[in-house]
Amino acid sequence: MRASLSFKHGRYCGLNIRSGIKMFENLTDKLGNVFKGLTKRGALSEGDVDTALKEVRSALLEADVALSVVREFIDKVRIRAVGEEVLRSVTPGQQVIKIVNDVLIEVLGSNESELLIDHAPPAVILLVGLQGSGKTTTAGKLALHLKSKKRKKVMLASLDIYRPAAREQLRILGEQAEVLVLPEIEGESPEKIAKRAMASSKIQAIDVLILDTAGRTTLDTAMMSEAKEVFKLSNPSETLLVADAMTGQDAVQTAKAFSELIKISGVVLTRSDGDARGGAALSMRSVTGCPIKFVGVSEKLDGLEPFYPDRAAGRILDMGDVVSLVEKAAETIAEEDAAQMMKRMSQGSFDMNDMLKQIGQLKKMGGLGGVMSMLPGIGKLQKQMAANNFNDKAISKQEAIIYSMTKKERINVALLNASRRKRIAFGSGTAVSDVNRLVKQQQDMARMMKKMGKMGGLGGLKNMMSSLGGGSSNSEQVSESQSPVMDANKMAELQKMMGGNMPNLGNMANRFGGAGLPGLGGKPSKKRR
Amino acid sequence: MALNWFKKLKTGLSKSASKVEGAIASITGKKTIDQETIDNIEDELILADLGIEVAARITTKIKNQKFELNKNKEIEKLDIAKTLASEIEQILLPSEKNLFENVSSKPHVIFLAGVNGSGKTTTAGKIAEQFRVQNKTVVLAASDTFRAAAVEQLKTWGKRVGAQVVSGVDGGDSAAVAFKALQLAKNEGIDIVIIDTAGRLQNKKDLMEELIKTCRVLSKLDKDAPHQKVVVLDGTVGQNAHSQLKSFDEAIGLTGMIITKLDGSAKGGVVVSLAESYKIPIHAVGVGEGLDDLQTFKATSFSRALAGLDEI
Repeated sequence: MRASLSFKHGRYCGLNIRSGIKMFENLTDKLGNVFKGLTKRGALSEGDVDTALKEVRSALLEADVALSVVREFIDKVRIRAVGEEVLRSVTPGQQVIKIVNDVLIEVLGSNESELLIDHAPPAVILLVGLQGSGKTTTAGKLALHLKSKKRKKVMLASLDIYRPAAREQLRILGEQAEVLVLPEIEGESPEKIAKRAMASSKIQAIDVLILDTAGRTTLDTAMMSEAKEVFKLSNPSETLLVADAMTGQDAVQTAKAFSELIKISGVVLTRSDGDARGGAALSMRSVTGCPIKFVGVSEKLDGLEPFYPDRAAGRILDMGDVVSLVEKAAETIAEEDAAQMMKRMSQGSFDMNDMLKQIGQLKKMGGLGGVMSMLPGIGKLQKQMAANNFNDKAISKQEAIIYSMTKKERINVALLNASRRKRIAFGSGTAVSDVNRLVKQQQDMARMMKKMGKMGGLGGLKNMMSSLGGGSSNSEQVSESQSPVMDANKMAELQKMMGGNMPNLGNMANRFGGAGLPGLGGKPSKKRR
Repeated sequence: MALNWFKKLKTGLSKSASKVEGAIASITGKKTIDQETIDNIEDELILADLGIEVAARITTKIKNQKFELNKNKEIEKLDIAKTLASEIEQILLPSEKNLFENVSSKPHVIFLAGVNGSGKTTTAGKIAEQFRVQNKTVVLAASDTFRAAAVEQLKTWGKRVGAQVVSGVDGGDSAAVAFKALQLAKNEGIDIVIIDTAGRLQNKKDLMEELIKTCRVLSKLDKDAPHQKVVVLDGTVGQNAHSQLKSFDEAIGLTGMIITKLDGSAKGGVVVSLAESYKIPIHAVGVGEGLDDLQTFKATSFSRALAGLDEI
């Protein structure tokens, strides 16, 4: 299951923001806006494609994708987008999205890749890069990864004789990862250290020797030839270019200079947990032709994750993991439940019991953050939610409040006078203001449900519920993993139905002022009032 | 020194400069500047990390400017380069501000913050060196209690520049280290306190809180401390530099910035887009790993280097 990995990394506020992919969020927002216009059109002209691509171009540039890479990318998309392929298809907008998506995946690399270190030991991994790109930290992370996940005997050796305390840093990291570190000898040249490290790892039957080099600027010819020398004599199985995910247009220059000098086998993108748009990933990948093997996602030693091109591309396109959402929802929401809730919703009777059910379903699906991260167009909302401390904890609180109500109260909130509210607050360990907020929310949602029923949005809602709940008519289709185009379809439907664009949900979160927004069905629109 | 600075900067910027030059060179022999040339120039400016907006604005200026034709009735490419340089200079001039201008209080506290690997520790060492040259005593506070061997790195710099280094236990309270350093400076009559904080990504809320706390703790000893709050930015970073500057400014209220690694293949154009968007002074640029490789930022030199012109 594609989504399974995404729930492993709980981050702040209990939101399961998928750390490795986070850097693309801003780009995601941007492209989301570009394509919002496209999805709404019936047919696409050449001009439409061009307009969209202009937006894609500037979005990519603003995301620090290198210009040459952007050009290449845009050309590829244009060639495929303009012409029969698009004009013949039924929904051209989605076709373009799919093409952009395909090309993105191509550029990012279509395969996950492992480290090739399983030949005669010691296999050497050489780390190179600019100053401050995170080589030493990455060396420590790799050592821990290989030791604990691959059961390798690892040795670290620092060839950085320039930066003060660089070797000390590696030694400490080695101690933390509990791997061997080559002892330092003063006055040795990097080449000599490399030789000694290789000899020493042979004797000690080391599986993988990780060589951490000094940072160097690509213009520094002396340092670059030193790197080449070390490369030649250590004959590494993997030569990884360590680069900052925040790198700007310089990414191309760096990638070119290093890959022309020595044979780079892969890229490690560090600081991918920042808020950079991550254009460097696209640039590095397309210039070196090497896969991005890992992304660094924290300052801690275990903050090293594989890079998933398809997911990254999906996020860039703001189409989210709708597939995963559908699959996951299908597992957890029982068909009858969905049908029943549908009926009740359409009648506008949405009481606390329904709310409770939704909260339960939401929890089963991996919490609010889990669901949110799978939905497209939600990057902004997530940020706002984080800002408002809007999280899974708040949801649990709401659950507790409802549990503290009597059966009658749950059906009819009108019963809740001040003294009852006080009792509920006391019983659930919350404040009366929390109870008030929940009641108001429930009423808002009930009102919205009713409105939606009247507006004739019911058809759309039904579709959504049946697809989410694995309803009878669509269940076969749903259980099979669907193409991004299908997802886009559904999202467009959903957006239309909601009568507004998804990012406006952000306002919602604000209005709720930190309270929960329970239930998938309860994604209200701005037309709520 | 100034010449040295220019030379280093120009070598560093040469990659982008030569491209800008290349774009300009393509107009050789032309009477007018056509759209293609304009697009080329714009692209090259984007390539230099100037950002889309600034690049577009500068190219529009070039497009709208009437250039005098030379005796061959052609546009002189030097003129375009000059226009480019002066446009950039205009953006940069208001940001030019020497780091050492406002050192009046004693002890004077300089607080360095920035993302990981931007070069804070190295910059701290270089600043200390400049104060040493001015015969001022310096204490370095190793407030980075997180990264392995960060303290040792600063201690090495301390030895090089003859400054005391105050440190705490690994994983300890970084604000306490800063506090200790300022206290020491007060007690021993040391002129300057430089606080080297741990690198942090600007979107890590709790880590940004830690910065705020450190500043607050310092102000308890001296209500004006830290007197200067400087963010250290990596010159090779692209448009994310904006996000960094904004977040750090929002957190602690910056008094200036230092841009490092401009000696490399760095594009440096991001400096222009930062100056354009923020009113935060640019103090200095880092152009190498040596002790004296921190140079006062000069708008004129920088813009001329970026446009591929020689220094006046």
